[in-house]
Amino acid sequence: MDSLLLDSLASALLMLVQGESHVWGIIFLSLRCTLFACVAACIMGIPLALSLSQARFRGRQGVILVLNSLQALPTVVVGLFLYILIGSQGPLGSLGLLYTPTAITLGQTVLILPLVTMLCLAAVNRLDTKYRYAALTLGATEWQARVAVMREARFALMAALCAAFGRGIAEVGVSMMLGGNIKGFTRTMTTAMALEYDKGEFALALALGLVLLLTSFLLNAILHMFQRRMEQTA
Amino acid sequence: MMKHILSVFSLCCLALGCAAATPAIAGETIKMSTTTSTQDSGLLDYLLPKFTADTGITVQVIAKGTGAALRDGMDGNVDVVFVHDTAREVKFVEEGYGTKRYAVMHNDFVLVGPASDPAGVKNLKKIDDALKAIASKKAPFISRGDDSGTHAKELALWKEAGVPLEKTTQNIMKGGKPAQVIFEAPKGEWYMSIGQGMGKTLMMAEEKKAYTLADRGTFVQQRFGKNPPTTLEILAENDGPLLNPYGVIPVNPKKFPHVQFNAAEKFAQWLVSEAGQEHIAAYTLQGKQLFFPDAMPKK
Repeated sequence: MDSLLLDSLASALLMLVQGESHVWGIIFLSLRCTLFACVAACIMGIPLALSLSQARFRGRQGVILVLNSLQALPTVVVGLFLYILIGSQGPLGSLGLLYTPTAITLGQTVLILPLVTMLCLAAVNRLDTKYRYAALTLGATEWQARVAVMREARFALMAALCAAFGRGIAEVGVSMMLGGNIKGFTRTMTTAMALEYDKGEFALALALGLVLLLTSFLLNAILHMFQRRMEQTA
Repeated sequence: MMKHILSVFSLCCLALGCAAATPAIAGETIKMSTTTSTQDSGLLDYLLPKFTADTGITVQVIAKGTGAALRDGMDGNVDVVFVHDTAREVKFVEEGYGTKRYAVMHNDFVLVGPASDPAGVKNLKKIDDALKAIASKKAPFISRGDDSGTHAKELALWKEAGVPLEKTTQNIMKGGKPAQVIFEAPKGEWYMSIGQGMGKTLMMAEEKKAYTLADRGTFVQQRFGKNPPTTLEILAENDGPLLNPYGVIPVNPKKFPHVQFNAAEKFAQWLVSEAGQEHIAAYTLQGKQLFFPDAMPKK
């Protein structure tokens, strides 16, 4: 079995060094879909978290509980739900989204939105409410106060982004069901791995896994550096 | 405090529930890797209880593509394989992974596509001509692309039809030596290789209004056993090259001493016995016979 690990390591290196275009294509597609999903989830999740942290209404705890549970949402459920929605027989079928990279992004957005929202909510709640009130008394508008709160919570928000990216890039259910694993079009790193496993090409599957890890590592390293620099200037 | 006690209590309940859910199996048990077609068509659900009643041996089924099923055998993870790619099965036995290939039965493949039939293959009769028409009109075609028996058959059919295939090679290391994983496919955007099982492939073909090659069992299941039924239609069938033979091979105990060879051999023998063969012939799905015995003893 150890020879399999060595084989995979060598194969992963070969893949990257030889730079075969289809391997890079798979890597870029995965990155593109997940990054877009992260951006979309942040655009919706951060304002949602800010509103939830300030608003006091009946059923607020209920909303939080539901969002918390949705963090455990299985990818297959998201896939199935959206499949029914965007499939040709579904209400949004005429858009022709199923089996496109956009469908993968859409699915991953739904998948990571609860995670982003809850992590942001936790980040904002940890802050002293004085920040908000200070900003408001200094004459900030509601939106300016929100921006001030977000700026204070930026490190935690960055961590939330990393976690969301991790969940998105590592998931296979949504990509398989909504993307359809079409070679050269919607084949992502995880669906490629699942396929090579199904074919019994373990070395190739594991090699792709190593490439995935390496990609995540590099991306996290960049974010980490960014965070360090912000800390220094803060 | 009460909250903590409650959550610990519910976690314990969960853990206990999981432990209790592990099933206990009595008697001899063998593991079999097989293709999704034998599982999805319902044949195994019909045959295996009869085999267990006859012999007391339980068969645990792992359904995959033929490539992965054979790989399970080559790794000694299962006791017997039941697949449909004669060339690779023969190689499996020649390389010493299996003891003997028993020809069990065959079913056949059908070319299916949208009723609108954009490439006009319906009246061509011959599968070669049908595939040529699809390739020349660049009509969408969905391929399993998963190294399964159906995928292997599809590639062989493209070759026979004289449609040029493009080779993609991936260099990897195997056993410390450079090796290549070769992938062949007709060139063009009309040809979509999706690397998924038969059921999914049919669903996607319907969605994309594309042609695909399917085993008859899975297609009949989607056409007559599903609600709503698939709108795909059979556009070419009953041509010699579309036959699909299945073989069963016990894994070689000389290579893997831990395999349950005796029980696996009993299973293979039972499949090709008169009783097994009659059961296979008697199995129907939605009133249609799907598998035709190949080892019926001559009377």
